Amino acid sequence: MTTPTETTGRVPAPDTVPVPKAAPSSRPRLWRRVTDAPLSFLMPFLLVYALFLIWPLLSGLWMSFTDVSLNGAGGAFVGAANYAEALGDPMVWRTLGNTFLFTVVTTVPLVAVALAMAVLVHTGMPGQWLWRLSFFMPFLLPVATVALVWNFLYIEDFGLFNQALRAFGMEGLGWLTDDDVALWSVALTTVWWTVGFNFLLYLAALQSIPDHLYEAAALDGAGAWARLRHITVPQLRNITVVVVLLQILASLKIFDQIYLMTGGGPGDSSRSLLLYIYDMGFTGYRFGYSAAVSYLFLAIVLLVAVVQLWLTTRRKA
Amino acid sequence: MTTQTLTTRGRTDRSGATRATRRAEQARARARQRDLVLGGGRGPRVAAVTILVVLASLWLLPMLWGLITSFKAEQDAVALPLTLLPESGFTLDQYRGLFAAGNVQQWMFNSLLVAVLVTVSTLAVAAPAAFAMSRMDFRGRSALMILTIAAIVVPPQLLIVPLFQQMVSLNLVDTYAAVILPQLVMPIIVFILKRFFDAVPRELDEAARIDGASYWRLFTTVILPLSRPILAAAAIFVFISAWNNYLWPFIITTDPALMTLPVGIPNILDSYGTFYAAQLASSMVAAAPMIVVFVLFQRHIVRSVATTGITGQ
Repeated sequence: MTTPTETTGRVPAPDTVPVPKAAPSSRPRLWRRVTDAPLSFLMPFLLVYALFLIWPLLSGLWMSFTDVSLNGAGGAFVGAANYAEALGDPMVWRTLGNTFLFTVVTTVPLVAVALAMAVLVHTGMPGQWLWRLSFFMPFLLPVATVALVWNFLYIEDFGLFNQALRAFGMEGLGWLTDDDVALWSVALTTVWWTVGFNFLLYLAALQSIPDHLYEAAALDGAGAWARLRHITVPQLRNITVVVVLLQILASLKIFDQIYLMTGGGPGDSSRSLLLYIYDMGFTGYRFGYSAAVSYLFLAIVLLVAVVQLWLTTRRKA
Repeated sequence: MTTQTLTTRGRTDRSGATRATRRAEQARARARQRDLVLGGGRGPRVAAVTILVVLASLWLLPMLWGLITSFKAEQDAVALPLTLLPESGFTLDQYRGLFAAGNVQQWMFNSLLVAVLVTVSTLAVAAPAAFAMSRMDFRGRSALMILTIAAIVVPPQLLIVPLFQQMVSLNLVDTYAAVILPQLVMPIIVFILKRFFDAVPRELDEAARIDGASYWRLFTTVILPLSRPILAAAAIFVFISAWNNYLWPFIITTDPALMTLPVGIPNILDSYGTFYAAQLASSMVAAAPMIVVFVLFQRHIVRSVATTGITGQ
């Protein structure tokens, strides 16, 4: 016989709920006000984010309008000069081109290979832990380990890869020393290193496909290929959108493995925009200019994110 | 008739289930899964196994080759033509040299300290904030939520220049605090926890509030205990990214005594020159803790990636 109460939950129902009056009033009223205030929950969050996210974002924006350098010298306001210079800087366009190329050549295999791995593992073959270990383990490795191991494999004269190529009667490649190859070698390493993350996302999504779809297909006499094409792939469309979105944003941020494997070389053939920003700031000592290029890059990343968001919401509607 | 046999076949008598019958049941479930996806034919099954084995071998090969080489003497590591079995036998010399000469032990301690502190502090910052955004009414709540989501897109690498200058002016360069503090900004974790809290039924809040519980009490005695799985998943995710973080610790530490393992390892190699076997031994040492973590927490890690990644939806 409960009367409908307001959703605020403030209306007490005296007959049904025994209210222990003693418990709350035994505590000081001030304490009660603190433990009920939103601010006491938000304080650490607001503090950390203000200090280490908002403040650097704002001070970076200010720096981008000055000529401040690493040692704190300079700092005069130069207006939009840094931005104007950045737009006319061929290295900005060169490294941006490298970044886009890297993003394209990694995103495609990082989605396709991950999907293939997940579908194959999902077929219920024995040895599940071994497949998971093989495909996902590299993702957990520190970038320093990945770079050192792959640099060793890529060595021209006695590296494993060139030895294998020569064993098949082919020419060895200058994996990290040839202008035309270096960026692709870093991309190959990246695919090996990070595919496991997408693989697990796909594996989780596969487990939520209802069995009855496959059972219906079995009644219709659909074979393995038809099941893959007409059930598995369409059912994975939503997660594929997510994986592509996350992957593009991740690939645009390429830095660590290039820095450790090629240093951006040979020449500037594998230099990414983030690497250029880092070089400008920490070896060129031009913090202001580096910050300006950072903000141009942030604008690009935000643009990509907004376009992707717009595309996904439009598709759902 | 057929549907009935399908459903009853999967179930066995719980009380009499020994390990052998459970294993047989698992095998049957796998076979059923396989027939569902592949259609039961022999051809697709052989093809699937073949591709799986080839892919897994390709993916295991680089690490295995690195591991094998790290047990070789230097002249065998760079020998031509390559042989799997080194001429002078396998040796532990590279590892002995590393632990005797380098700062490896110190770096491992630093990595562990930093990763644990980052994990605990990140959750301590994110969980109450996520609770407030999910459960409490205050002005600017939706604005705060939008800012948090926008922060997910900002690449942390972009902030290194102003962050570095901030640390210089605060006199924090080459301190643990400087390594740890900026890593606590993890909007994705706030977002994930908020989404999980949102799914906890409101009736629980109302019952607790009527009983006179404060929000703080509700948070610590009702919501947090219910959220253990997502907290564990988030903790693993934060721990892995903190352990493997390279760029920020690399920039903010110049003192070898303060470096983390991923930063120290490539650093040591300058002094080693091009001794590849030693390099590979050091990279195996850097990788070992993560491999142990994976073997111990495999199931949690899988779930952690699944939940943290899917939130992009």
